[in-house]
Amino acid sequence: MIEVSGLTKRYGDVVAISDLSFRVVAGEILGFLGPNGAGKTTTMRIIAGFIAPTAGTAAVLGHDVAREPLAARQALGYLPEGAPSWPEMTPRSFLAFIADVRGLKGDRRRRRLTDTIDRLGLGPVLDQTIDTLSKGFKRRVGLAQAIVHDPPVLVLDEPTDGLDPNQKHEVRTLISEMAPGKTIVISTHILEEVDAVCTRAIIVARGRLLVDERPATLQARSRYHNAVTLTVAEPADLPHIAAALRAAPGVGDVEVDLRDGRLTALPAPGQLPLAAISELATREHWNLHELRLEAGRLDEVFRTVTSAAEQMP
Amino acid sequence: MNGLRAIYQRELASYFATPLAYVFIVIFLLLAGAVTFSLGGFYERGQADLAPFFNFHPWLYLFLVPAVAMRLWAEERRSGSVELLLTLPVRPGVAVVAKFLAGLTFVGLALVLTFPIWITVNYLGSPDNGAILAGYVGSLLMAGGFLAVGSALSAATRSQVIAFILTVVVCFLLLLAGFPLVLDVFRGWAPAPLLDAVASLSFLTHFQAISKGVLDLRDLLYFIMTIGVWLYATTLVLELRKAD
Repeated sequence: MIEVSGLTKRYGDVVAISDLSFRVVAGEILGFLGPNGAGKTTTMRIIAGFIAPTAGTAAVLGHDVAREPLAARQALGYLPEGAPSWPEMTPRSFLAFIADVRGLKGDRRRRRLTDTIDRLGLGPVLDQTIDTLSKGFKRRVGLAQAIVHDPPVLVLDEPTDGLDPNQKHEVRTLISEMAPGKTIVISTHILEEVDAVCTRAIIVARGRLLVDERPATLQARSRYHNAVTLTVAEPADLPHIAAALRAAPGVGDVEVDLRDGRLTALPAPGQLPLAAISELATREHWNLHELRLEAGRLDEVFRTVTSAAEQMP
Repeated sequence: MNGLRAIYQRELASYFATPLAYVFIVIFLLLAGAVTFSLGGFYERGQADLAPFFNFHPWLYLFLVPAVAMRLWAEERRSGSVELLLTLPVRPGVAVVAKFLAGLTFVGLALVLTFPIWITVNYLGSPDNGAILAGYVGSLLMAGGFLAVGSALSAATRSQVIAFILTVVVCFLLLLAGFPLVLDVFRGWAPAPLLDAVASLSFLTHFQAISKGVLDLRDLLYFIMTIGVWLYATTLVLELRKAD
């Protein structure tokens, strides 16, 4: 469990985070979202005990990070931004070092090391120095050091940053597999990540907490939530289909994308225009490639929420 | 003490992961030999002791120990691994001491490898081996003093080059604190007790007695306290600057 309350960090006159409070319990995967410079890394560094807050408290598994730093850190697995390590070490010696510092011994040490190495697929590169590894492997080594002691709480700062789509997928699968019983916080500015792994999302901008919701609820904030998107086969049909859509019941507005012949019918507040539109399409024999319901666009919600924050004094 | 031992071992191994360690040891041994025989007049003196050997250690250390110390923290801060190290369940002071001890072990190893000169002097005459042992102990403690200064200054910057230069300058001033070069700055305006205090900080004054084989408790305490103070300073500087 992670409890953050009234957390504030100022650097001189610059406010990095301001009065941030949230609570994450076991079993939750919290996505920590925000534009660059929003205060995500600062918050995670405070939870990990790397920097001290100007005001407020943070606790890991009930251990206050300022008053019981060692107990808090022992309960925590932390991946710092950029997954730093020591380039001259091999993954084998690096993980052995982490296991030693964390006080793992004997049988348990051996089991945890084997399990971690297997889980992250580090077998083939165990004896190569870390500076010769690809970015994906370096990130995996960083993740391995965070989980080697099987911590109940994990804080991962941009765990998939700079990875290719396959590697991103692997890391997300890994995080989801570990989730049961653990408290996990991941920071990211990639929105698909939230959809893919998180059970809850927090958006911060300019150091303030703006949104704390389930991803689905977050999506529902989008003006595209319950919108219907149609792709027209013949560009010539666009104008009259657009006109027909505007007149259809439950439709608030229609967006036309001339480039790929796509129309999006936005719902009027509280309306579900899908049934009416599909009926219309069948009746009028529209020549369509595609007709689908939109769940909502997270990137649009993200933009709306964070740009509103930018305009605040 | 898991943390202390693990960090110490990791750090010591990291010295030998790059050619730096071997370059350092070779240069140290070559220079130590060269100055003892040429500048120190080891043969010409006709005395069976290692005074000409130990007398030059402060000057060798002045450049070589800062080279060992400069990477202690500056490199960790530059690469970001300081964040990993200091979020492990280890007190910052323990990490500081562990890294310092690893550096000291490394310098100590270089010092031990000068043993041929001890064999030589024993072959040529019958020196006071107790005095020679005292000389080695004192030399190692002085190296520790330099290393602790370097540790604190290395924690203050992300650049190894800046850490090196600052350490050389500060160590140079500490070496000569008892000599006119430094004391003249204070003479004339500073009260006598301050002048005495500055003079008593001199590495060279404290080492001279030890290099002659006189292990005075005050000199030992001086070096041990110097190490303690500068390592404590390292912890404070790290606390302030680690996240910058």
